[in-house]
Amino acid sequence: MGVLSKHGIIERNAFLLLLLSFLVVTIGGLVQIVPLFYLDNTIEEVEGVRPYSPLELAGRNIYVREGCYLCHSQMIRTMRDEQERYGHYSLAAESMYDHPFQWGSKRTGPDLARVGGRYSDAWHVAHFNNPRDLVPESIMPAYPWFAATPITGDRIAAIMRANRTAGVPYTDAMIAAAAADFAAQADPENEDTTDLLARYPKAVARNFDGEPGTSELDAVIAYLQMLGTLVDFSTYTPVPSR
Amino acid sequence: MLNGVKIAGLGILIVFFAMAANFGQDAAYQLHAVLLAAAATAVLVHVIRGFGRSEAAPETVYMDGVIRYGVVATTLWGLVGFSMGTLIAWQLTYPELNLGLPWTSFGRLRPLHTSAVIFAFGGNALIATSFYIVQRTCAVRLWGGNAGWFVFWGYNLFIVLAATGYVLGSTQSKEYAEPEWYVDLWLTIVWVTYLAVFLGTLVKRREPHIYVANWFLLAFIVTVAMLHVVNGLAVPVSVWGSLSVPLWPGVQGAMVQWWYGHNAVGFFLTAGFLGMMYYFIPKQAERPVYSYKLSIIHFWALIFLYIWAGPHHLHYTALPDWAQILGMTFSIILWMPSWGGMINGLMTLQGAWDKLRTDPVLRMLVVSVGFYGMSTFEGPVMSIRAVNSLSHYTDWTIGHVHSGALGWNGMITFGALYYLVPRLWNRERLYSLSLVSWHFWLATIGIVLYASSMWVSGMMQGLMWREVDEQGFLVNSFADTVAALFPMYVVRALGGVLYLTGGIIMAYNLYKTAVGAGVTAPARAVAAE
Repeated sequence: MGVLSKHGIIERNAFLLLLLSFLVVTIGGLVQIVPLFYLDNTIEEVEGVRPYSPLELAGRNIYVREGCYLCHSQMIRTMRDEQERYGHYSLAAESMYDHPFQWGSKRTGPDLARVGGRYSDAWHVAHFNNPRDLVPESIMPAYPWFAATPITGDRIAAIMRANRTAGVPYTDAMIAAAAADFAAQADPENEDTTDLLARYPKAVARNFDGEPGTSELDAVIAYLQMLGTLVDFSTYTPVPSR
Repeated sequence: MLNGVKIAGLGILIVFFAMAANFGQDAAYQLHAVLLAAAATAVLVHVIRGFGRSEAAPETVYMDGVIRYGVVATTLWGLVGFSMGTLIAWQLTYPELNLGLPWTSFGRLRPLHTSAVIFAFGGNALIATSFYIVQRTCAVRLWGGNAGWFVFWGYNLFIVLAATGYVLGSTQSKEYAEPEWYVDLWLTIVWVTYLAVFLGTLVKRREPHIYVANWFLLAFIVTVAMLHVVNGLAVPVSVWGSLSVPLWPGVQGAMVQWWYGHNAVGFFLTAGFLGMMYYFIPKQAERPVYSYKLSIIHFWALIFLYIWAGPHHLHYTALPDWAQILGMTFSIILWMPSWGGMINGLMTLQGAWDKLRTDPVLRMLVVSVGFYGMSTFEGPVMSIRAVNSLSHYTDWTIGHVHSGALGWNGMITFGALYYLVPRLWNRERLYSLSLVSWHFWLATIGIVLYASSMWVSGMMQGLMWREVDEQGFLVNSFADTVAALFPMYVVRALGGVLYLTGGIIMAYNLYKTAVGAGVTAPARAVAAE
């Protein structure tokens, strides 16, 4: 074992050991990560995918805050039973504006990648208040504080600016109108939603929790109701390289 | 002069943290500003009280004070982590235990459990044992003076910031890397100091060769630094708030996350703990490491291959197939160096197997290597795409992680603690070997209950999800599968209770040993040569 007998050189030099170890551990990551920023099927743009509206983004931050991703995936795999249960397999493009991604790693509860439009707002309101009122077998925690916590659009512009720095294409107009769009989406009866819908096509504007004022529950339901609804799969054709 | 700079610097920090507490936009940030102000004040008081005292410790004595603190922290954080795990296991069984409060709901406590176990219990164990090992195998005092103390206190401050942040809803949602931007920055400072202390000690060693345990520990420290920095990159929304926007989006974010996540396992929980294996097993068995050549192959193959394994967390997702296949291939190859390491550890007992009958500490160390072998076989199996299509998203993964974490990381840490405490507190022997045996059996039976219940529930879940009738319709609703898991979740939680009980017994035994409820040996202020 001639090669191994030369190992003593490395064993006698701490800096050499450090340098070689570091070089060895960089290779795998470079090969696997760097191409993902250049390959067509990981940076393709699919019609319909857009950045989150201010209210949806606020709801998403609550979803992150509560650790929902620990029990709910947002990544439908290409297997038949998953597509039967949850819908079309998830595309890379569908999470291209997700900072952070919410694919998850565990399904203690069902996948939520296409939960949008599946249940009524009233169902979500009751479910968050106590999941077992609707699904007796459920082991999901209740989230009664969502309804009790008011939320405003004051900070959402700053959050959108940080998203823009990270690469989400929010325009100046979107950021300037953030607070107005936030209010309009949660209260379309009293606010004009024309601009909101022009900026965020397919955005659903409703009084989601059915109560006056805007609560965290409005934001979370707005987020859930848009999940997986942006791409029209009746017209979508996958790129051949997939 | 230097003292003046220190006091001025700390004063500025305290004022800054007070401002941050005032301007803070969310509860986590405000609490953290107060905690940091308190920490800076404590350092200030310590600096002022130290005026006029001679700083220089004799170079001929090992720096063991910081290791004693590390041992205590490891034990206490272990109890916190096991308790949290047991609590959330019961929450999954009886959801009313979430109490309907934000601070006690599963989604916030689960990161608290994982971080407490991996980073608080495991991290403190790694820091303490690496400081112990590197001094003994280099025959010199720890490099960097008080930097070792900074690493200990700084790291534990990081843990307190992370843990309190989770409870208050401050998270980046990247699994095992949840802390927000300023906590990440703080950890970076601490970790680079840790690297400097460790490397500095290696450089000034008095042994010609660097011992194999230190190769693994050095690779663990430098790789974790790389993973932490790249995965943690984020854009803070405001200097005065905890919220940030992680830099990597969607599919790239997923790849970077599991490159990080799997190598938190590969380097934090494997390479670092292999460093412990290569020191404590030969020491406790009083036999040299089985094969030097195998150590060399084991080391380089393990660190090269592990880094590729991340994509096996993303099979059949939107990650391109070639990356998934690469991840699977390297994961399967990884079986070989993993078992090479296991063989090197186990065969070190050649000629000393009889000690297993009489020495429960050695038994613990050896069983940990057995669990290592088991989970490093199960891991490659689960990384195969066909298997993964069933096992992914299910409790099988949870069971796999726990046979590794409880069996390998937990047991080897317990063995190391039982080895260290009598030596660090100058006691002739442990307070009670029979309590060690109790701990051993409680922990082992706990793991068996945990792993087997999760195998059953994971496979059942996977099979129920994909079950279709003859017309091709899905048979089970999701709620059906949840209801079916209930008995397995009870068994799992009971396994957790046993494991926690073992931990409490260990803490009692170590405490009695440290305070000298045995015979006191003559003090050995260990000479470095």
